[in-house]
Amino acid sequence: MKRLGPFVFERRLAPTRTAILGYSLLAILAALVVMSFIFWAYGVSPIKAYTVIGRTTLGSRFGLMEILRRTIPLLLCGVGLVIAFRAKFWNIGAEGQLLAGAVAATWVALFSGVSGPVKLPLMFVFGFAAGALWGIIPALLKVKLQVNDVISTLMMNYIMAYFVKWLIYGPWRGPTMRGFAYTDLFPRDAWLPLIRYSKVHWPTLLVGLVAAMLVALILSRTRLGYEIRVVGDSPDAAHYAGISFLGVSLWVMLLSGGLAGLAGVGEVAGIHHRLLEPDHVSLGYGYTAIIVAWLARGSPLAAIITSLLFGLIFAAGDEIKVTLQMPFQITGVFNGLILFFLIGVEVLLYWKVGLVRKGKGWVGKAGS
Amino acid sequence: MGWESWIIDTLKRALAYGTPLLWGTLGEIYAERAGVVNLGVEGMMILGALSAFAVAQSTGNPWLGILAASVVGGFAALIHAFFSVTLRANQYVSGLALTIFGLGLSGLLGTSWVGISLKNPLPKATIPGLERIPILGEALFRDHSYLTYIGIVLAVVLWFVLYKTRWGIAIRSVGESPSTADAMGIDVFAVQYLCVIFGGILAGVAGGFLSVEYRPAWTEGMTAGMGWIVIALTIFAAWDPLQAVGGVVLFGALYHLAYRLQAWFPPEFLKLMPYAFAILVLAVAGLRKVKRGAPASLGVPYVRGQR
Repeated sequence: MKRLGPFVFERRLAPTRTAILGYSLLAILAALVVMSFIFWAYGVSPIKAYTVIGRTTLGSRFGLMEILRRTIPLLLCGVGLVIAFRAKFWNIGAEGQLLAGAVAATWVALFSGVSGPVKLPLMFVFGFAAGALWGIIPALLKVKLQVNDVISTLMMNYIMAYFVKWLIYGPWRGPTMRGFAYTDLFPRDAWLPLIRYSKVHWPTLLVGLVAAMLVALILSRTRLGYEIRVVGDSPDAAHYAGISFLGVSLWVMLLSGGLAGLAGVGEVAGIHHRLLEPDHVSLGYGYTAIIVAWLARGSPLAAIITSLLFGLIFAAGDEIKVTLQMPFQITGVFNGLILFFLIGVEVLLYWKVGLVRKGKGWVGKAGS
Repeated sequence: MGWESWIIDTLKRALAYGTPLLWGTLGEIYAERAGVVNLGVEGMMILGALSAFAVAQSTGNPWLGILAASVVGGFAALIHAFFSVTLRANQYVSGLALTIFGLGLSGLLGTSWVGISLKNPLPKATIPGLERIPILGEALFRDHSYLTYIGIVLAVVLWFVLYKTRWGIAIRSVGESPSTADAMGIDVFAVQYLCVIFGGILAGVAGGFLSVEYRPAWTEGMTAGMGWIVIALTIFAAWDPLQAVGGVVLFGALYHLAYRLQAWFPPEFLKLMPYAFAILVLAVAGLRKVKRGAPASLGVPYVRGQR
């Protein structure tokens, strides 16, 4: 127990749900406050900025649909990263795994010769497989050769991005695209259906929601989920319990990469209908999903909420660009700030704050 | 072309490409030796690159640009130190946040500087006397940036400080066992703060080198993942400043050799080479069992009075 002015701080072992929610909101609020200063320094009134953002995103059907459209890839990548982070596997490679899924889907759509109603499901299957493959490589490298997972997953983002560039400038460049670096447009049977007057490809959204629920079940009810949690919480205990580190890592990255791959399928089959420049296929969804997953604190269901929040931020970024003529990078600044404040308030989570009362004895130190 | 000029060319290019990697790696080695992983190198470098370019372009003096980059890099690292040392937050996440924030902020503030080429880039220098050594003299001591020479000298100095001085013992013991260091009377937090900030200053200079010397212009995201390669090289060099020089030259040479293959391979493949090398280099480090050289308390926040 510590005293600071009229407040007492008491350590607690596990934070309550209310505390987590409250402090997460506090972090977002703090980021919004700092953002106001950035708007102000940029010569834009913060009040005006937030009003514009609120009106154009939450205040119209179009805005809400834009949020949903951005939410889809963030949800799929985010749920995947929740699994990885639960096992303390630092998968920073969702961006590359997403692109791998997009590449596989493009192959099915344009070059496989498959057509008809089986085509779209097949694109999802191949997309999942490609993302999973791109995820499994770093898992093998980590377990077999102790290659740092942050670096390997990150480097593989760059490798996949250049691979996509090579495809669209080289062998897959569409002959009908008059020299632009795109593939040809997908045939209609490879287009995902949209919610009317929007770009929301609802089948992918559905896949994302189902994935969140399935992953929640896997983590809480299955042997694999149990092993993932043990490996994440205490690798030593996992070792003595005879849990295969290789097996768990492979499963984790298979699921994590596979889900990101599905997000890639959704982007090309639902929105672009062709493969194009990697930073147009994904606006950094794989990176932002890291924050989505971190904010969700290991809960796949919470990732549904947090991905909506960052969907909102992406939609807001578009509006800021158009209405206030500020660069889209402002979303990066905001995302970085949120992440900082989130880990900042994390410290608070393990302390209970109260007012000083007389006659209260010492509370034993709860350890960390 | 004879083999001599081939070697000279490869070494020369390797050093030029490797200079920002060397500065960044030396900084990260010090931060990690004190037990703090900083994954924000990419963010610190890009902020350094933008501030160096902005100041160099406005004042006409590239050295003031480098100075600005070092200050900005140091301040960026201070944020990471505050979160990871004082608040004991997760170091990986704090570093990632710094990278995301740095890339975003530099993109936001850099829009007005895009597309301008720098009036006065950093000058190059030749070291009289040493340049006359056959082959090596021409490769290593002629027409390199001042920052290349300073970087190599710095590596030697930092190696000496780390292994032969009391400061070095203090830094290494903080990274190995902070509680023991604390008991010895070393101020653990001060050492960690200083090392992280020092790392940021060097990362800032590394970014500055890119925008006022290597490609004297500002483009968004111009560090292009170099900050991550730095972290890979830190591991590959087994946290040793002298091995970092070797690692950087090897890395630069591989990069240059890949460049030589451009007649046979499409340009996209050459561009992805550095990233593939970074993984390769870590796999080799894994085979060499370099991990044994890692500071024992790397990444673990120090809480006084525990264990």
